[in-house]
Amino acid sequence: MNTKQKLVVIGNGMAGARTVEEILARGGADQFEIVMFGDEPYGNYNRILLSNVLNGSQDAKEIFLNPLEWYAENNINLHAGVRISEIDRAAKCVIDTNGAVTSYDKLIIATGSRAFVPPVQGLMNEDGTDKHGVYVFRTIDDCHKIAGYATKCARAAVIGGGLLGLEAARGLINYGVEVHVVHLGSHLMENQLDAQAGAILRNTMEKMGVHVHLGKSTSAILGDDSVTGLAFKDGEELACDMVVISAGIRPNSEIGRECGMTVERAIVTDDQMRSVDDPDIFVVGECAQHRGRVYGLVAPLWEQGRVLADVLTGANPKAEYHGSKLATKLKVMGVELASMGVTEPQYPTDEVLHFAEPKRGIYKKLIVRDDQLIGAILLGDASKAAPLMQHFDHGTNLPDDRTSLLFDLGLPPASTSLLEMPDATQICNCNGVSKGQIRKCVEGGKRSLKMVMESTRAGMGCGSCKALVKDVVEWVCDGKVEEDPSVHYYVPGVPLPKPELVAAIKEQNLKSVSAIFDTLAGGVEEVGSKMALSSLLSTVWGADYAEERDARFINDRVHANIQKDGTFSVVPQIKGGVTTADQLRKIADAADKYNVPMVKVTGGQRIDLVGVRKEDLPKMWKDLGMPSGHAYGKSFRTVKTCIGTELCRFGVGDSTALGIAIESRFAGIESPGKMKLATAGCPRNCSEAMVKDVGAVAVEGGKWEIYIGGAAGAHVRKGDLLCVCESHEEVLMIIGRFMQYYRENAKWLERTYGFVPRVGLDKIRDVVVNDSEGIAARLDAAMQKSVDDYVDPWLEAEQPVSPNQFITTLPMVTA
Amino acid sequence: MNTLIPNEYCLGPASQIPIGEGREFLIGETKIAVFRSRNGGVYATQPLCPHRAGPLVDGLMGGNILACPLHAWKFDLSTGQPVLGDCGLTTYPARMTEEGDIWVEVA
Repeated sequence: MNTKQKLVVIGNGMAGARTVEEILARGGADQFEIVMFGDEPYGNYNRILLSNVLNGSQDAKEIFLNPLEWYAENNINLHAGVRISEIDRAAKCVIDTNGAVTSYDKLIIATGSRAFVPPVQGLMNEDGTDKHGVYVFRTIDDCHKIAGYATKCARAAVIGGGLLGLEAARGLINYGVEVHVVHLGSHLMENQLDAQAGAILRNTMEKMGVHVHLGKSTSAILGDDSVTGLAFKDGEELACDMVVISAGIRPNSEIGRECGMTVERAIVTDDQMRSVDDPDIFVVGECAQHRGRVYGLVAPLWEQGRVLADVLTGANPKAEYHGSKLATKLKVMGVELASMGVTEPQYPTDEVLHFAEPKRGIYKKLIVRDDQLIGAILLGDASKAAPLMQHFDHGTNLPDDRTSLLFDLGLPPASTSLLEMPDATQICNCNGVSKGQIRKCVEGGKRSLKMVMESTRAGMGCGSCKALVKDVVEWVCDGKVEEDPSVHYYVPGVPLPKPELVAAIKEQNLKSVSAIFDTLAGGVEEVGSKMALSSLLSTVWGADYAEERDARFINDRVHANIQKDGTFSVVPQIKGGVTTADQLRKIADAADKYNVPMVKVTGGQRIDLVGVRKEDLPKMWKDLGMPSGHAYGKSFRTVKTCIGTELCRFGVGDSTALGIAIESRFAGIESPGKMKLATAGCPRNCSEAMVKDVGAVAVEGGKWEIYIGGAAGAHVRKGDLLCVCESHEEVLMIIGRFMQYYRENAKWLERTYGFVPRVGLDKIRDVVVNDSEGIAARLDAAMQKSVDDYVDPWLEAEQPVSPNQFITTLPMVTA
Repeated sequence: MNTLIPNEYCLGPASQIPIGEGREFLIGETKIAVFRSRNGGVYATQPLCPHRAGPLVDGLMGGNILACPLHAWKFDLSTGQPVLGDCGLTTYPARMTEEGDIWVEVA
């Protein structure tokens, strides 16, 4: 009756169990009866966390990945504590140390590796019994034994200054033992660090009280029955009462060799993780050798397991594993370390970036070939590890400004690294979301930035913390972030990036938001997409846009900024901040007539009437007789000016006249994010033009420097110098062209401070100033159409566009 | 068209509310928010957001989902359940008659 094939897995470590999970995820339970053999009498645990168990920060119970119940629930017949001693390939069966025979149709070897014990004298007592106080560091049982013995010891030696050895040393320190690390190599952690980084790490460790002995080859373990010390080949000795050997690992590949499989450094596999000798046998994890390489890290093992499961279950019979790039991020003795690829340049043409700050224990080194990252060491400060790992994994081209890869310049500093940051630290200051809340959310299964933001509301206020939220999510996911495909869409509800969306709108002549939902989103109206689509349609079609007022945010339905109590603020246009007694009189009269609770001078040199009832908006606009200042929308806002040449004794350019000209031309132009401008009459910059989305600064000779991408709000950034213009007319043309380019290419809500660095100043200058793409005339014409099509929205005071547009509460009709 | 449902009130023609938007109505001394979605639904809820008392009728609708104008808390208008946020809305049964009038039952 049983038509299932029998799948036997030798090894119940991280590789074996993970591979079985992958097989089950592909419906493998319907195809296979699964039998697993594990050396250790437990379920499967996370070996990477053993150092936490040793140092007491985690209980052994906490590191189990699959408890014994998991096997039962999944109908896996687990033989825990049973070692397979032989594979009979001819008879297709495995034999355990008790002689019991289990047959297989398919076999997976996931025997992993064991601690390498170097050949030294005195490992055991002369009578062959174990010497007390000598341990390896590999399993949960090892942890318990080391911890138990350490409490009775005064001084411990760790043989091996690699990653595992240092982890063991870190664990031992917690037991109040004096710890000595004895290392054969000339510096610590040769696999991950170069000599200079190794020296810095050594220094840091010695400050923590760990003694480091380099270039020491251990020849013997001294002591009868119990350890009393180590003897070295150079004749020196070190007294100690326990020894932890952590000198590397060796693949458990003997079982393959004995049954005639090809074994070099480990059991040799093809690209499908299949033995090169036997089509029914697969090998995965540390006991597998693929394309000449044997991996001892967890990420490659996961990739191998996925491929193996794809092939074995037939989910993807052509799946192939092509090797892994090695990148790790970890903490050694509490010191952050990220390591990727090579530690030294390989060719004379390889580019090396170096930064060392030994006093603070910081070392950074990048090795770059053909603009791609091929190696990196970040010691003591791994805050830049996440973006570097992405470059390394994906082979993306690095930015020309290499310093940005090593440091956060001009950005809010990540004052503490994510690892060090306490859970209570507030990440999102608008919505009060802590690092711990984000971490719990990710651990609860929300593994994309979008899901975390929606669930915790982190990053959904002013948005300035979004990059940090992303870093935390990536850090908790440990590189396994699920990317929500909608991050590439212009709006979440329509599955198209901006260029494709604009093309579809034009080709299919879509003029309203509802038409976009009907045509491009299967008729599903998504609330978070409406504002952005309204704005985009206005940019694309100008006056031909078929506006649906319900697709507008309330501010754009009533042309005022909603306040926390549901009232509105009214900001009339005061071009360039230059007003008149007549305007001020009208504003004062309106404030009196409508009992405006607050009259406020704004940062953009206008006057804000705050606290106006919705009903009063149209009446007030009529009384004022001034156009809208657009202090509410995602649009061109205002031009802040200084007094310029008018009366200022320093002024070299007429900044007020230019500011008024700019505001007259571009008033109310819609854009993906708001645009705040300024003009300054001299480089003293009283109007702060260098921190505006677009700023014009007068310089001697009647010229204007144009700055773009500045910000001084949630984010602070000095604008980049785009070009120098010779006249007001040229300023109007260039900034109009830049703003149109921004309107067409920015993401929704992406301010120029994000857009300019993302696209690159050089590219923008090429397009906008040098017309490298031949689109300048088209950009100018598109902006001109928007300018021509602009209508002051406050004219709706005379003619409301929707029923009860300005009514707060409707009375009940009585029949 | 008359009604036999106790506590059900006629708010007058649906055309008082633009499609895809909401308007606030006064029934006796009770304020309620009434919405018309683009897919034909009519919904009535409490008028203010439970988060910071934002006027819900000034929110944005997508189908039967409403986002508050102040901090974008989201609710399913058909059930009052929060989509994004911690607490939900009180809802009232609402319907549109064949003549195009809106009736709401307020207990």
